[in-house]
Amino acid sequence: MAKIKIDREKCKGCLLCISSCQKGSITVDQHLNKRGVKPVKLKDNALCLGCMMCAIICPDCCIEVYK
Amino acid sequence: MISKKVLITGNEAIAEGAISAGCEFYAGYPITPQNELTAYMSKHMPQKKRIFIQAESELAAINMVFGASAAGVRAMTSSSSPGISLKQEGISYIAGAELPAMIVNIMRGGPGLGNIMPSQADYFQATRGGGHGDYHCFVLAPAYVQEAYDLMFLGFDLADKYRNPVIILGDGILGQMMEPIVVKQHATRHTPHVKKPWALTGCLGREPNIAKSFYMREGDLERFNLKLQKKYQVIKAKEQRYEGLFLDDARVIIVAYGTMSRIAKSVVINLRTKGERIGLIRPIGLWPFPRDIFRHIARNSRRRKFLVIEMSYGQMLEDVQLSVEGKLPVEFLGRSGGGVPTEKEIIKAIKSAKS
Amino acid sequence: MKKIFSRPKSLREVSTHYCPGCGHGIAHRLIAEVVDELGIRERVIGVAPVGCAVIAYDYWNFDCSEAAHGRALAVATAIKRVRPENIVFTYQGDGDLAAIGTGETIHAANRGENLTVIFINNAIYGMTGGQMAPTTLLGQKTATTLEGRQANLQGYPLKISEMLALLPAVKYVERVCLSSAQEIMKTKKAIRQAFLNQMQNKGFSLVEILSPCPTYWGISPTQSLNWIRDVMSKEFPIGRLK
Repeated sequence: MAKIKIDREKCKGCLLCISSCQKGSITVDQHLNKRGVKPVKLKDNALCLGCMMCAIICPDCCIEVYK
Repeated sequence: MISKKVLITGNEAIAEGAISAGCEFYAGYPITPQNELTAYMSKHMPQKKRIFIQAESELAAINMVFGASAAGVRAMTSSSSPGISLKQEGISYIAGAELPAMIVNIMRGGPGLGNIMPSQADYFQATRGGGHGDYHCFVLAPAYVQEAYDLMFLGFDLADKYRNPVIILGDGILGQMMEPIVVKQHATRHTPHVKKPWALTGCLGREPNIAKSFYMREGDLERFNLKLQKKYQVIKAKEQRYEGLFLDDARVIIVAYGTMSRIAKSVVINLRTKGERIGLIRPIGLWPFPRDIFRHIARNSRRRKFLVIEMSYGQMLEDVQLSVEGKLPVEFLGRSGGGVPTEKEIIKAIKSAKS
Repeated sequence: MKKIFSRPKSLREVSTHYCPGCGHGIAHRLIAEVVDELGIRERVIGVAPVGCAVIAYDYWNFDCSEAAHGRALAVATAIKRVRPENIVFTYQGDGDLAAIGTGETIHAANRGENLTVIFINNAIYGMTGGQMAPTTLLGQKTATTLEGRQANLQGYPLKISEMLALLPAVKYVERVCLSSAQEIMKTKKAIRQAFLNQMQNKGFSLVEILSPCPTYWGISPTQSLNWIRDVMSKEFPIGRLK
């Protein structure tokens, strides 16, 4: 069992996490954050492996990983 | 404290004074006429377990001084005119980061590569900033080898007290001449003179410190500059230094500093024996300039004249003019490019000032 | 469930000014992670560059100094010499380390100063608007090479790491990149080695990190990582140089 927590207000919308996720579990959230950016969100906890690739690649430390 | 008498050059006296005053770090680059200073440091600093680095350039040296000072130790560099030009960016950063620093300039002829003869043509560079921005360095101008040694203690103390760079302004004559002086024996390892809670020592037990001069947030840089200006106001009021001779009745007051003042002083003393009413003001601090004594004389006397004598074409002259506020005449005698005004020229200038 | 990944203590809980997809954010975090894991936060003194990372000291949680452009290695040399028990590192871009700072870089390396150098190579000058860097690739269009860098006018991309590796006093030089999570983990390993070397008094250690600048490369963050993988690392080969 694993999940990630994304700080949507810190997200700058670079989308690097989306391309690094092997399961394609991360997607763009259509609701703007306070920066005026569409941040990312996890589609479904069940899809998360806890591999941490997204957190490792995130330049803004927006992602916490739980396993 | 044991003291002893030694025969020593100006360059080496400055080095010895720095070591005795607790200089922990020296970085320099060879340049005539101050090479003996660097060589002395290269021998004696490691013996006392202090740091000596022959840097790859004067530019690298001043930035090393920035680092050592930020790390909380007494740090120094030395050079001569063209090398001091190279250091200006670094000095501006040191002033902007409010770091103490000791910079010694043994002036030579300029501009450009110039020559290796003595000069006083870096007065503007030293007192008017030299680097970019609204800052000031202390400027101290020794005239004797003993004074060059003694001013190192004062200089490092001022640097630490006010968190400001200090320039010792000498010239090739002072650097090379030999005089007997009294030196104090120093400990192998000095103890810190002043607490430096702002220093970079690793953030154990406290919030991290940052050494910086960069203020991008709205209003921050102006506020910081106002803080610097307040500091400079205090310094201007409290740290004026000069030597005055025969000022009570002098009709012509010579104004000269450093080596030039020695020549002027011997003329003054000589003419005094002949009954001439000549005096001398020898600024020891060039920034802050000892304007109070000039102001006092100018506001309270008439029929007196100042004669400024420099190894330049009139740099300290402007500070004298500003201090006198137009109330008394100010005349000038100067030579530059390695030329030194002679006693004969000085006497001639005094004659024409008196007429 | 246990938290297995979060912000390291040495990285402050603030948003950075860096562009989306900028490599600085990743590099800052890796350094913070290594500092935390080695337990040296209270001994570390970082020296920041002039460039986009000029305010790196606002993002880390340990003692830092600024340095005039290019002079970080002179500043760091002095700090380390007077405080040898502290761990001193510089963080510099391609202009800071390999243009204006070349003299200080070569001589600190040649003296074998016991320092850790993190060299961020993004082949461009970001802060000032995308001008050519010493490491800009031939044909790469920048604000000062509008037709693309030409060898006969601007010379070739500078291989400063290869040059430094020739110096006998240089102990460790490795080139890494941020083109994928796996490469980022290798970058972290190299950074860790460079810090360990200093702690063990092994001498001058430099890690060159090929880093993305999507804004001035004119491509998306994901495309930037691919460009590093497919183009930049062909010009600047990944691997240990010393």
